[in-house]
Amino acid sequence: MPLDDTDRRLLRHLQADPAQAIAELARRAGLTEATASRRLDRLRARGILKGQQAVIDWRALGWEVEVSLRITLDKTNPRAFDEFLSAAREVPEVLEIQTFLGRVDVRLNVIARDMAHYQQIYRSRILTLPHIADLEALMHIADIQRGEGLPL
Amino acid sequence: MPTLDDLDRAILRELATDATQTAGALGRKLGLSQPATWRRIQRLTEAGILAGRRLVLDQAALGFGVTVFLGITLAAKGRVGLQDFERAVTAIPEVQTVQHVLGLYDYRLRVVARDLADFERVLRRRILTLPGVGAVDANVLLSEERRPGPL
Repeated sequence: MPLDDTDRRLLRHLQADPAQAIAELARRAGLTEATASRRLDRLRARGILKGQQAVIDWRALGWEVEVSLRITLDKTNPRAFDEFLSAAREVPEVLEIQTFLGRVDVRLNVIARDMAHYQQIYRSRILTLPHIADLEALMHIADIQRGEGLPL
Repeated sequence: MPTLDDLDRAILRELATDATQTAGALGRKLGLSQPATWRRIQRLTEAGILAGRRLVLDQAALGFGVTVFLGITLAAKGRVGLQDFERAVTAIPEVQTVQHVLGLYDYRLRVVARDLADFERVLRRRILTLPGVGAVDANVLLSEERRPGPL
C-alpha cells in the first residue's frame, strides 16, 4: 500500500517536533490518537520510520572546531575505498563519513577541541589514512540551517 | 562547560542511537534509578548538549532518491550579500542544511530531490537564481554513515 497524504502529514508534524506526545501529534495532524498511532506503527513496520536519534551539540561539549575534509582517493588500487573507510572509522573524532559521485570521493566530518588539537588530529590520524590522493578542507563557520528535514 | 562522567557519556551514546528510550528503560540498562537517569538527561538538555532529536526516515521509500551536496561560491561578498543569500536559501524546501564555510567555497548545502531530473529543476530554478550566486559545484551522495563521535 503506497503512502498517502495522511501519512505524509503525520510525518511532517512528527519531523517538526519528534519529542511531542502522540496526543499532541494526533491533534496537529487532525487525526484521532488511535488512528495516528496505528499509522505510525504501520510506517515503522514498513521500515519508513526507522527511529529517532538525539542530536548532540559538540560545541556545547567544548569541541569548538568542525572541519569538512573532502578527499580524493587513489583509485588505481581496487581496495582503496574499503581500506580507507575502515581506517577512517577508527578515528573517534570523525562524526560522519559520506561517499560521493563527483569531484570528491569521500567526505569526513571531523571535530576537534581547538585549532592545536585539530592540527594534531590532522597530522597523526587523517594524513596517515591509506590511499589519499588529494585532500581539501572546509572550516565550518556557522550552521545557518540544520536538521535535515525532508520536504514531505 | 560541564564535565561529563562515564554515565553521562553512556547516556549520550544510548540516546544518539535511540532517543525514544524512557529514563526508566535507559536507567535499567546502565544500572541507574529512573529519577537519577532523568536528572542526568535534564542536566544534559539544560547544558545544550542534548540538542533535540532527528527522525530517521527511509528517504528513498518516501520518494527522495537523490541527495546532492553543493559547494557554492558567492560572486559578491558584501555583508548584505550574505544575508540576502542566507534568507533566500533557507526558504527552499529541498535544501536540508546550510553551512557557512571557509575554504574553497562560501556555503555548503545539502539538497534532496526525487531523482536527477528533479534535482536539475531545483538547481536551475531555485539555486542558480539565488542572489549573489557565483560558481556551484555538485557531488551526488552515494552512502552515508554517522559515527558515535569521541564519547
